[in-house]
Amino acid sequence: MTELHHLTLAELAAGLRAREFSSVELARHFLARIERMNPALNAFVTVTAEQALAAAAKADELLASGEAGELAGLPIAHKDIFCTDGVLTTCGSRMLSNFVAPYDATVVERLSQEGVIMLGKANMDEFAMGSSNETSWFGPVKNPWDLNKVPGGSSGGSSAAVAARLVPAATGTDTGGSIRQPAALTGLTGLKPTYGRVSRYGMIAFASSLDQAGTLTITAKDSALLLRAMAGFDPKDSTSVDTPVPDYVAALDQPLAGLKIGLLKEFFETGLDEANGKLVRDALAVYERLGAKLIEVSLPNLPLSVPTYYVVAPAECSSNLSRFDGVRFGHRCENPVDLLDMYKRSRGEGFGAEVKRRIMTGTYVLSAGYYDAYYLRAQKVRRLITDDFARAFKEVDVLMGPTSPSPAFDIGAKVDDPITMYLNDIYTIGANLAGLPAMSIPCGFLGGLPVGLQIIGPHFAEAKLLNVAHGYQRETEWHRQIPRGYA
Amino acid sequence: MSLTRKDVEGIAHLARLSITDAELPVYVDSLSKILTFVEQLNAAAVDAVEPMAHPLADQVQRLRPDEVSDVEQREKYQRNAPRVEAGLYLVPKVIE
Repeated sequence: MTELHHLTLAELAAGLRAREFSSVELARHFLARIERMNPALNAFVTVTAEQALAAAAKADELLASGEAGELAGLPIAHKDIFCTDGVLTTCGSRMLSNFVAPYDATVVERLSQEGVIMLGKANMDEFAMGSSNETSWFGPVKNPWDLNKVPGGSSGGSSAAVAARLVPAATGTDTGGSIRQPAALTGLTGLKPTYGRVSRYGMIAFASSLDQAGTLTITAKDSALLLRAMAGFDPKDSTSVDTPVPDYVAALDQPLAGLKIGLLKEFFETGLDEANGKLVRDALAVYERLGAKLIEVSLPNLPLSVPTYYVVAPAECSSNLSRFDGVRFGHRCENPVDLLDMYKRSRGEGFGAEVKRRIMTGTYVLSAGYYDAYYLRAQKVRRLITDDFARAFKEVDVLMGPTSPSPAFDIGAKVDDPITMYLNDIYTIGANLAGLPAMSIPCGFLGGLPVGLQIIGPHFAEAKLLNVAHGYQRETEWHRQIPRGYA
Repeated sequence: MSLTRKDVEGIAHLARLSITDAELPVYVDSLSKILTFVEQLNAAAVDAVEPMAHPLADQVQRLRPDEVSDVEQREKYQRNAPRVEAGLYLVPKVIE
């Protein structure tokens, strides 16, 4: 029997419209699953049951009146990095463990206006700094495919919640791979849009030239539905781009014959688990069958992505996180003797080890005497990498490769060695540095764990990416798999 | 690049972070490793390259008229403050 949580957003939307079930019934169904299954997964920091049921009742009225938008009544989770008016917004940190946001992020506001129901706030790596969801002040999130494994990070609460079908979709953010890597490790469709496509207003900043909001969903179609509502110009974000939002859903079924796919040579050469690579190649064969043409391309500067990122991102983070001073909001230490003591101890106590490591890295690379050697140099290499991508997109429509070097790893396996942890993002960081849209879609299983195929496109090519992802999902069933115990 | 305990203490001070004696050697080790790791960047030929601060080349930072665009919500915002009094944020004494 098909249960409500087996359905995609698009299918749930159709069911709501056909009055097969109500929004309140949907909310109750998923809230019950959260109550029963979340304790083992730790995917939520906050569950907003009461608020959700009230919003669902309102959505039902709209649906009855026939005036409801396409997304009305659909339940989702928001990553706890998005400010939600009147609701605890922690960013996975002790620093904000008591912070009740006084306004909604634009992403949250736009989805609520469409009648989307927030069921809760998803756990995450502290300030989105991590690739395993182990840096959260609220404890690690477990991967529903194997509770001993990480769900990826930093959007690990979002990925675990959708993979376990505690919600049919969730928002996430991606600074170096934080949507795509968790999507790959939990068998989901993850989309990081072009930098500037979705407003960053009310999204707690980590690295402002890299951060971008996106979606974790069951299908590419669901991603298209959400992105259509989330994307668009926002005067409140000075880097928001004022360019029209295409109808991502309408573009999904374009045929893929003649599509030129670039295979990222460097991705298949560096650090890739062999069996993982085989599954990616099998996925490429599916595209060939659909009439796509595979062309190997080389981006010679791409192997410098990770070191570039670990200068640029910490530099921006050290600036952004200087706002946490214990004065206006956030954690303040007990009995400070003077202002300096208050700053130092509030920040020392409020931030976890990885956040402090990145703030210090950033402080160092921006400090007098080191700025040119590290920060300026990294910004130059960033341009070389971006130019490599631009050259590749003169020859091909999209680039493909693995999302992650291997499937989900054991909780605790990489926490003691930051470099090993950072190398999880070896394939995802390039798209952030160049501001490109990129996706991860499920393309098979290794030892019972999902594997992701990454698709990268030129700036503002989200419609093409979603079309390419949807074409694969029409041919395969990997994205419809549900972990045992959660079906 | 290998950092000393003193280097890391100096960085922590600049970053306004208190670091315990137990944490210090961990940061000396990991920050040194990170700086060594990013030294790979020295291999790139960047002499003639313009540094890139923003991923979209043709975007310019917008300006807006300097007008009030938000309503006053002091009370709401101050609900998150550790200490307030009479609408003011309280901090340890700064001027003697």
